Amino acid sequence: MTQVLLHDIAHSRAGDKGNRLNMSLIPYRPELYPILAEQVTAERVLALFTHRGATACVRYDLPLMHLFNFVVDEVLEGGVNGSLNLDGHGKTNSFRLLSLTVEVPEHLLSG
Amino acid sequence: MSETGFLVGNGAGFSGDRVDAPLPVLKTLIASGQPAAMFFETLGERTVALAHMEKRRDPQAGYEPMLERLLDPILALASQNNIPLLGNWGAANPPAAARAVAKLAMEKGLPDLRIALVEGDDVTGLVAGGQLPVHEADAGLDMGAWNLIAANAYIGAEPLIEALAQDADVVVAGRTSDPALAIAPLAHHFGWRMDDWESLALGAAAGHLLECGSQVSGGVFWDPGFKDIPDPANIGFPIAEVTRAGLLTITKAADTGGLVDLRTIKEQLLYELHDPSHYITPDVVLDISQCTLEVTGKDRVAIHGLRGHARPDTLKVTASFEGSWLGEGEVSVAGPNALARARATADVLLQRMKIRGLDVRARVDLIGVASVHDNDAGTLWRGYEGPEPADIRIRLAVEAKTRDDADQASREVLAMLCCGTAGTGGARWRVTPRILTRSHLVLRERVPTRVTVKTAREILA
Repeated sequence: MTQVLLHDIAHSRAGDKGNRLNMSLIPYRPELYPILAEQVTAERVLALFTHRGATACVRYDLPLMHLFNFVVDEVLEGGVNGSLNLDGHGKTNSFRLLSLTVEVPEHLLSG
Repeated sequence: MSETGFLVGNGAGFSGDRVDAPLPVLKTLIASGQPAAMFFETLGERTVALAHMEKRRDPQAGYEPMLERLLDPILALASQNNIPLLGNWGAANPPAAARAVAKLAMEKGLPDLRIALVEGDDVTGLVAGGQLPVHEADAGLDMGAWNLIAANAYIGAEPLIEALAQDADVVVAGRTSDPALAIAPLAHHFGWRMDDWESLALGAAAGHLLECGSQVSGGVFWDPGFKDIPDPANIGFPIAEVTRAGLLTITKAADTGGLVDLRTIKEQLLYELHDPSHYITPDVVLDISQCTLEVTGKDRVAIHGLRGHARPDTLKVTASFEGSWLGEGEVSVAGPNALARARATADVLLQRMKIRGLDVRARVDLIGVASVHDNDAGTLWRGYEGPEPADIRIRLAVEAKTRDDADQASREVLAMLCCGTAGTGGARWRVTPRILTRSHLVLRERVPTRVTVKTAREILA
C-alpha cells in the first residue's frame, strides 16, 4: 500500500446552498471507487471542517457513475451573506477535501 | 447525430460571464441544421437583491448589466435563424430589460423582433405581509429589524413555454428556476405534457448541466498537470441535444477550447446538488441516482437513466434584506521574517478594534499562509508550521451595524502603513453594504404569471 494525496487519484468540485456545502469526489479510475468508499468517510470529511463550525456530513454514494457527493452542514460561517471569509460560497473547499490522504495498492497507481 | 432532435445552447452561466461566449454557440446551433434555442442564466440570489437596489436608484436599471453586450453579437443572427433566446436577464426589472432589447433590435434593423415579457415572480408583498412560511433550512435565521429589499419566487417553465408559443424571439424573464430556461424550449418543441415527469427530467438535467455555462465544458475544471484542457482562454460554452426518443447528449460549441468528457459531466452533475435522487425544480423533481454516462464522440457525452418525480406544490422564494456593513482592509509584508510580521500585524489589528471600542465582528486572514480554508479565529494560520512564506497579504474583515464602524475598522489597516511592522505596504480598504437572504416557500397558485409578447416597434411606441 502507498499513501497518496486524494488529489493524485481523484477530482472534486464544491458548491453551496446557503450555509450548506456540497463536494463531489470522483476517482479518475473506477477501480478506486471501493477504496475511497472505505477510506473517505463522512466522519473524516466532517473533521476537515469542524474548525469552521460544521455540524454534520452526509455522503451520498453513486456506484453506477463511481462517484460520491458529500454534503456538509453549517460550514460556511453564514454563507455568502454572513461570512467574513473571502470565499463565502466555499468553492475552494474541494481542494481541502483533495488534501486528504488515502492508502492505495501499488497496482492501482500504475499505468 | 442521426435522429433529428432539438438543441439547447447556453450563452451565459452567471452575471459576469464571458460576453464573447454566445456567438460560437449560436454558430454551432445554426450549422447543425436542427431546431434550437439558447438560454442565458444570469441571476444568483445576491444578483437579484443587488438588481433591486439598482432599480431603486434608477427606475430604468435593475436588469442584467451585460444584457446588451451579450445580445449585440447574436441578436440578428439568432432571429434570422429562428433560434429563440431566453434569459432571466430581466432580474429585478424585466420591463426595462425588454425595452433595452427593443432598442437594440431597432438599431439592428429588427423592428418586428418579438420580445416576450414574463412577469409575476416578484412576491415582495407576500413576504412583507408575513404570509409565507420560512424554508426549513433557514428556520433559525432571524432577520430582526433588517429591511426587506425584495422577494422573488423561482418560477417554472410554463410562462416561458407560453412565450415561445406566441413566437417570441427573445424571452425576458426575472427570477426563473435555472433549469426552466432549458425545459421550456424542449417542452415547447416536443409538446411535452407538464406532468410527463420522465421527459421533464431530461429537460431539467439539460438545464442543470448547462446552467453554469462553461462549468460543464472545462471551466472551474482545469487543474494544470492533472486535468488539462485545450485553450482555457476560449472555453466553448455547452450545448444539449435531446432526441424525441429521449436521449440527452451534452456537447459544446465547435472550434473553441475546453472539453466535454466523463469528468466534466460528473463534476457538473453534482454541482450544488444534495440528495442525488431528489433535485427539486419547480417543474419536476430530478433523480440522477440511477444515471450512467457514455462517451459517444469527441466532446460528446450521453446521459442515460434519468428519472423524474412529480413537481412540488410549492415554489421556493428568496427574500433579501438590507443587512449590516462589511469593512475590509489589506496590507502586505514580504521577504525575511514575513510570517512573524504578518502574525504580529494581525494581533495588533484585533487589539485596535478593542482599543477603539468598535462594535464589530472581526476576522484576520493571512493570505499566502491560510485564508479561504480558515475560520474567523484564524486557527489555521495561528497553527501554521510549514515553510516561511515569501509574501503574505494581511486581510482584516469586519461586520458592523453601522457604516461608520465598518469604515473606521477598515481604516485601522490603512494606519498600519505608518504604525505597523517594518516593511508594511500596499494598503487597500473598502466598505460595502451586506445583503441577507432567506428562503421561503409559496404555494404555486399564489404566484400568477403574465406573459406579454410585443414587437420591438410596439414596445418603443
